[in-house]
Amino acid sequence: MSGNHPGLSNNFSRSGEKFSWSKDNLRSIKNIISKYPKGREQSAVMPLLYLAQEQNNNWISIECIETIAETLNMPKIRVTEVASFYSMYNTRPVGENLVQICRTSPCWLRGSNKITKTICKETKCEINDTSDDNKFTVVEVECLGACSNGPMVQINNDFYEDLDEESTKKIIDNIKEGKPNVIGSQKGRRSSENA
Amino acid sequence: MLLVLKKAGEVQKMLNEKDKVFQNLHGFQEPFIEGALKRGSWSNTKEILSKDQNDIIELVKSSQLRGRGGAGFSTGLKWSFMPKNTGKQHYLVVNADESEPGTCKDREIIRNDPHTLVEGCLIASYAIQASKCYIYIRGEYHHEYVQLEKAIEEAYERGFIGKNACGSGFDFDLYVHRGAGAYICGEETALLESLEGKKGQPRLKPPFPAGVGLYGMPTTINNVESIAVVPTILRRGPDWFKSIGAENNTGTKIFCISGNVNKPCTIEEEMGIPLKELVEKHCDGVEGGWDNLKAIVPGGSSTPMLPKNICESVLMNFDDLKANGSGLGTAGVIVVNKNNDIAEVIERFAYFYKHESCGQCTPCREGTGWMHRMMQRLVRGEISPEQIELLENVTKQVEGHTICALGDAAAWPIQGLIKNFKSELISKYNEKLKAS
Repeated sequence: MSGNHPGLSNNFSRSGEKFSWSKDNLRSIKNIISKYPKGREQSAVMPLLYLAQEQNNNWISIECIETIAETLNMPKIRVTEVASFYSMYNTRPVGENLVQICRTSPCWLRGSNKITKTICKETKCEINDTSDDNKFTVVEVECLGACSNGPMVQINNDFYEDLDEESTKKIIDNIKEGKPNVIGSQKGRRSSENA
Repeated sequence: MLLVLKKAGEVQKMLNEKDKVFQNLHGFQEPFIEGALKRGSWSNTKEILSKDQNDIIELVKSSQLRGRGGAGFSTGLKWSFMPKNTGKQHYLVVNADESEPGTCKDREIIRNDPHTLVEGCLIASYAIQASKCYIYIRGEYHHEYVQLEKAIEEAYERGFIGKNACGSGFDFDLYVHRGAGAYICGEETALLESLEGKKGQPRLKPPFPAGVGLYGMPTTINNVESIAVVPTILRRGPDWFKSIGAENNTGTKIFCISGNVNKPCTIEEEMGIPLKELVEKHCDGVEGGWDNLKAIVPGGSSTPMLPKNICESVLMNFDDLKANGSGLGTAGVIVVNKNNDIAEVIERFAYFYKHESCGQCTPCREGTGWMHRMMQRLVRGEISPEQIELLENVTKQVEGHTICALGDAAAWPIQGLIKNFKSELISKYNEKLKAS
């Protein structure tokens, strides 16, 4: 099922700390709920899960679920169901940089295996592992929708496209050294034009 | 109208620049309002909105625009299914959950020309009497989501949408809802479930969304590309749209080409461009040359692959691909050359469907896992000719026996593989047998 993101979405756990919304997020929540009709506040569960994840170091703890259920006046099990169904909600702590490597055929045909190898080597992570310094979590994912720019990976919110081993290594090196990376094509393409 | 009568195999010229709907598909111009106004978006929207709603639907119908999300159903006809003057809240929901492997077209529209979509949402909503529209965008498209939100904010600021949109007297609100990594939410009723804050599990049909859709209200769900071409169709007229392509397969289309070509790209072309021309002209050919071609998946992972001999002459439109045992789908063209194991391409698709099955229907939930395990063994040359037949048989038991089309989509690629390369799969087994 969609929620069975390898290693990421199996069991929920408690962080041990109370989760309450930040002031900014309380404001955002009001705004989000206003997008949906009265009495349909449950529609806001996905955006709220994103907010909670962002506030909670990029993962959803049981405490987050409890707070969301309370905010939206929903049973906890309904929030849990949603959080476990969708693969982008991380149900365990992840490293500072969540590296998601696309493994589906279009990227694979252009060498995604080599990209996976390079990333595992450079981050010293196996697939589904988090590095000892907590800098990286590496996972393989299904098609990310940038097929004309494969092979590609997503690191946190950003897509890195048209990769080869060298450019992949450079991206990981830059992250390690705190240097900025160029987002998008690593071969100088604007988007997906013929070039 | 001569163009309409074009026959298969006839030499076509490349689509004229001025006939491209998406003038900024690749983002070389400003994507936002200034650029959009220069490209003609919002130029006479008020005039369009002064037309009768039924007239707009008729115009779109007569353009023969067919839905760009995969099924190829007439967009105008779909709109005409919406009940009229019910007094209920109607909704337009735009499916931007682009997740079909091989497909990356809506992404380019959203990040590089978002106003075509925003304007399309307004016009389509007006036509179906929906004062509210949600765009459901896949969660991974974070950058695209930011671009889209900005375009919507601009449209509100200029009074193009919101209360009295474009001064037309029509009140219209547009919202974006982010998905969170579930392919199944591209299925329209799963998308509605997701939008209602639930697991994305498809609903039984009937009732159809036009009667009972989002929050139980009349709803139309359209693909991004279908909506984004509507303003241009209404500006330039259905006859212009029909003059491109062939009867019932009209207009321009965005194709995404990936896999073993020299230059993968996304390109807007005439509907019905020969597949070979698409690959040779726009992608600088197959890696290793045309003779190194093994097969092409023409319309995203769900469509059965085409062997080389069909790729020589097939046209990239709904009807010709269907006649050749496949489909246009989302026009995500995946090219596979002889350097790669075609069985592994399909094995990876099988894993994809297993991963994305929502778990609701037994044939799909159990079948996708079983088919994937068989495909793994097939890649290793471990299944006998009888077992290959069994595999084919099981795909037919999954196909057509589920609530939504994911079961079919999981079955077709495997059927396509067996149909076209059975002897190769059998010799793989025999070689393995000999070696052991």
